[in-house]
Amino acid sequence: METAYFVETIIKIVVILLIFSALAGIGTYFERKVLAFMQRRLGPVNVGPFGLLQVAADGIKLFTKEDIVPTNVVGRIFKIAPVITAATAFMAAAAIPFLPSFTIFGYEVHPIVADINIGILYILGIMGVGLYGPLLGGMASANKFSLLSAARGAAIFISYEVITGLSILAPVMMVGSLSLIDFNEYQAGGITDWILWSQPVAFVLFWIAAFAETGRTPFHLIANDHEIIDGFGTEYSGMRWGLFFIGEYANMFFISFVMALIFLGGYGDGSFLGALGLLGKVAFFFFFFLWTRAAWPDVRPDQLMWLCWKVLMPIAMINIVITAIVMM
Amino acid sequence: MHNEHVQEHFNNRNVTEIDSNYYMVDIAPYPTDGWGKFKRVLKRALRGELFVGLWVVLREMIRFDIHTVKYPEEKMPIGPRYRAVHEMKRLWESDTERCIGCGLCEKICISNCIRIDTKLDENSRKEVSEYSINLGRCIFCGYCAEVCPELAITHGGEYENASDQREHFLTFGDMLTPLDQMKAGTQVEFEGFGAITPHEDERVKKTPLAY
Repeated sequence: METAYFVETIIKIVVILLIFSALAGIGTYFERKVLAFMQRRLGPVNVGPFGLLQVAADGIKLFTKEDIVPTNVVGRIFKIAPVITAATAFMAAAAIPFLPSFTIFGYEVHPIVADINIGILYILGIMGVGLYGPLLGGMASANKFSLLSAARGAAIFISYEVITGLSILAPVMMVGSLSLIDFNEYQAGGITDWILWSQPVAFVLFWIAAFAETGRTPFHLIANDHEIIDGFGTEYSGMRWGLFFIGEYANMFFISFVMALIFLGGYGDGSFLGALGLLGKVAFFFFFFLWTRAAWPDVRPDQLMWLCWKVLMPIAMINIVITAIVMM
Repeated sequence: MHNEHVQEHFNNRNVTEIDSNYYMVDIAPYPTDGWGKFKRVLKRALRGELFVGLWVVLREMIRFDIHTVKYPEEKMPIGPRYRAVHEMKRLWESDTERCIGCGLCEKICISNCIRIDTKLDENSRKEVSEYSINLGRCIFCGYCAEVCPELAITHGGEYENASDQREHFLTFGDMLTPLDQMKAGTQVEFEGFGAITPHEDERVKKTPLAY
């Protein structure tokens, strides 16, 4: 039993790592295509059918590029920073149920690495640790723009941790558990049971905070190309930069899963349709990340802080108080 | 007095007086107190501008009206006045080259990229013996085409002249219109700098002989 559990967990980890590393690449393909179509362009078309192999070409390029560690950088920290980003992104995936449990060769598989009873707390905590990637990378780079990016990153992540935590507190109070599987069971009754309907404010707040947590466009300040070049990634090259990239896209996918599981009913009753539904919801959230990038401008850092502390945090607090009163 | 008037006329760059289609953009007064700022935030937040933006890009995606030009396969039409790689034209009547070896193009070239050498041929007519343009130096200003009294050197429409060296020389023979093209009558006159304006024949006046 112990050995079987051990082997099963290892296999799950490897599968998740492989699938989401590949998805990060395919995510860039979809991002380029969607942005191109929205701007009346074609996007990648030349490598492979519909430019699909562009991902492979980019991967080969990233792997074979020279790994440059510039002079004056703090070598060890500079080298470890991208690993932190990618590793924390994948570590957060441990508590996410990606699909309902299914039976394969007479063996029941739960597509979650560890169903711990503090699942959401763990995911948010690990995503918070992900801050150290941009922060350390930016500070070790010996580059003014990277340093600015690191400072911005620290400010944004810490501020918006507050919003994610507070906004998710109200649903947690309703469900009475921190496990994402319990969240799913709570909403298993169908669309009318979704927490979205009882906690719309929390949903919108969490969604807004998700943009800040993943550093996507309206809040894309830590690597804002026209202000601070590539931010913390300016001095990085080759696969070290690629690790930052994989971490960012994996984060986008995982936070989409978390949003779908907490607010939109997850995989519902666990049927095949429910599983497809979960993937559809995740696809929508991922598409929305790209959609806003084509449509919306970036805000200034001070506007972002203003939005966080003066608008979103009071709303989140009021939401918690009202939820508590209603529950009593 | 007269001078002042002219100056006044030229300094008046206020387009609103010349063209009444210009109008001032209506800018709402900037809020000064906290309550005004709060109201502005509410108005902006609830007007749904963000969703207008989302709709606009989604509409363009659904329409799929792609404007990409797949460059090596497709090319945009180029204007007849475009100043790209030079051409040497031939006379329509005799198919001989128009160039008379006057050297004006070499003289006027501001980037010193034209080199011309001439000699006298057996009929004691001046003939171009060496002619080269360094396209790496050429800035395609069009002065050579403008100064040419014979409409011999002109610009053409060939703009794909990327090269793996800085110096990329064109010689007289490279630029000269091929003879088979002359036989087919497909030599294209250049419409840009130095070209004859349309209906030039009607405007030509006989030089009066009696003063």
